[in-house]
Amino acid sequence: MARISYREAIQQALSEEMKRDGRVFLMGEEVAQFQGSYKVTENLLEEFGSRRVIDTPISEAGFAGIGVGAAMMGLRPVIEFMFWSFTYVAFDQVFNNAANLRYMSGGLINVPLVIRGPANGGTGVGATHSQTPENFIANTPGLKVVCPATPYDVKGMMKSAIRDNDPVCVMENTLLYNEQGEVPADEYVIPLGLADIKRKGTDISLIAHGRSVITCLKAAEILESEDEINAEVVDLRSLRPLDTDTIIESVKKTNRVVLVEENKPFCGIDAQIAFMIQDRAFDWLDAPVKRVSSIDAPQIYSMPLEKLQIPDAQRVARTAREII
Amino acid sequence: MATKTKVNRRKPGNVAEFDIRSCAQAKVNKALAADDKIALYRRMVAIRRFEERSLRAYQQGKIAGFLHLYIGQEAVATGAVSVMGAEDQVITAYRDHGHALACGMGMRECMAELFGKTTGCCKGKGGSMHLFAPEKRFWGGHGIVAGQTPLGAGIAFALKYQQKRACCLCFLGDGATNQGAFYESLNLASLWDLPVVFIIENNGYSMGTAVQRHSAGLPLTKRGTGVGMESATCNGHLIYEVRAKTAEAIARAYDQSKPTLIEVDTYRYRGHSVSDPDQTYRTKKEVEDYRKNRDPITIFREILREEEVMNDEQASSIDREIRKAAEEAARFADESPFPPTEELTRDIYWEEDNPEEKTSRGTIFFN
Repeated sequence: MARISYREAIQQALSEEMKRDGRVFLMGEEVAQFQGSYKVTENLLEEFGSRRVIDTPISEAGFAGIGVGAAMMGLRPVIEFMFWSFTYVAFDQVFNNAANLRYMSGGLINVPLVIRGPANGGTGVGATHSQTPENFIANTPGLKVVCPATPYDVKGMMKSAIRDNDPVCVMENTLLYNEQGEVPADEYVIPLGLADIKRKGTDISLIAHGRSVITCLKAAEILESEDEINAEVVDLRSLRPLDTDTIIESVKKTNRVVLVEENKPFCGIDAQIAFMIQDRAFDWLDAPVKRVSSIDAPQIYSMPLEKLQIPDAQRVARTAREII
Repeated sequence: MATKTKVNRRKPGNVAEFDIRSCAQAKVNKALAADDKIALYRRMVAIRRFEERSLRAYQQGKIAGFLHLYIGQEAVATGAVSVMGAEDQVITAYRDHGHALACGMGMRECMAELFGKTTGCCKGKGGSMHLFAPEKRFWGGHGIVAGQTPLGAGIAFALKYQQKRACCLCFLGDGATNQGAFYESLNLASLWDLPVVFIIENNGYSMGTAVQRHSAGLPLTKRGTGVGMESATCNGHLIYEVRAKTAEAIARAYDQSKPTLIEVDTYRYRGHSVSDPDQTYRTKKEVEDYRKNRDPITIFREILREEEVMNDEQASSIDREIRKAAEEAARFADESPFPPTEELTRDIYWEEDNPEEKTSRGTIFFN
């Protein structure tokens, strides 16, 4: 298996799917000539030409809507947002149109659309560029949303997202783009809605999505070396659909849970998961369910404070100790 | 303050003002046989009688929510849709019953949708503002003002990508011209030479705000100028002119893959939605003047009489027949069942509706 970056893994997925299916095209700001604002789409213009790799003006509502319209007609657009924050100016197209067209048409229409781009803080770009709207998306029937944390996962899930006949939102992370990981040379896909146990453990379940998975893996190391606590790390990978069985099984095994996310706490994904755990595994819990989220404030610009704002391994480990 | 003044937006003229002869001579109209003309007339009448019948149903409490009637604007959708090619597509906003019927949707499934019945075109899931009939190349029916304009550009993008000689007619109201999504669509369509025809149905009011009070830099065709888009104005009370102007734009889309912006002058007789007050922003007299002097159906009937295509007796017989059909559609809708409860969670995800081809796992509904 080759070691490649998260960025290269996405690039491979896009390239493979574009080769496989002529209906797939890529559209977004700076995706073509510029080679991608984060170089995720590097070389794709050269490989597929300007018919299928398309630079857009800064018109998020416009090109998101073009993606939805083209998808209704049977194409399979991959729409890149430079940041998920920028979907806020295309909200109507994503949350009203992409999400509701199938339902409102009584099933006459489907929207095989992928919307992808990074959604994260931690890079000192301030509040408007650090939004993490996975909870809004998951709150919207009609949309699917995934947050892969590793090169292997992002490649396999991106390919599934492109083949999916419903709109899928893929949330990447600029801090993960350079992370390396093993990716097989042979083709593979990872079904949406399948969690992955990233580290087996017996004493406590650390459940996370996106970059928080990496944070939890570090926290698990700390807990093992400093406290002899054997933590299990559950990577949700996909939020809607959600692998509830894997969550519940892990909780029933360890009897203790810390839910970790980089989103803000109120009405975050983990609020729903906490509800489901008490609903389905109440009798197995030996302690209250705990959550670690970003500090509930707009994303701060100042770097030292932003580091404090986003969950880190020490905060996760501290919270785990509180319930053991 | 202008807000306290009732704005008389235009002085209605009369039929004689219209240059009927020149647009009747347009190729697309000269090609019409007598039967085609009667079919156009019939369609316009069908839209009007359908709308009148749905208004009654609304007043009887059979239809929920909003009901935006197309009465007065019938020549626009009927005329534009009638010159479409076999692979051309249509998308519009929430005042959509006329466009759906013009595209060939039956009165029954249209009325049943308004009633929220399972026999509706969208099983009662879309409602008045969200009618769809993709098999008739009708892509909705969109409730958010201008939200359909990027979709229209996207449909045109797909047609071009698929290398089809076809275009998309994207209808919008005058109110939609002040939404950002519309500007973005205009620019993208012009920048990428998308085969789309944006048809602004300027009925004079965005809800209750007269066009002079909502838009600077009139006429609205100027909105295309800045992005280098060809534009045209059109008398929407005259179906021949709607056909001629739309056909020119479609030819531009086919031959040059270029978009066009058409501003159609039209008028609605009813309120924005039927439950909205109608006398706060315009006078009864204004509406009556339009009804009397510029009614698209009356005008077309007179033209057809002059052309000796249709006499009054034929016109009355068409009217009787269509009233009956509208009544029958209302009866059908009334007698149809509401969707069963399980329909609540169907038609949300393609995958869930097609379990044999499902690849994803996990929980998708959280009920």
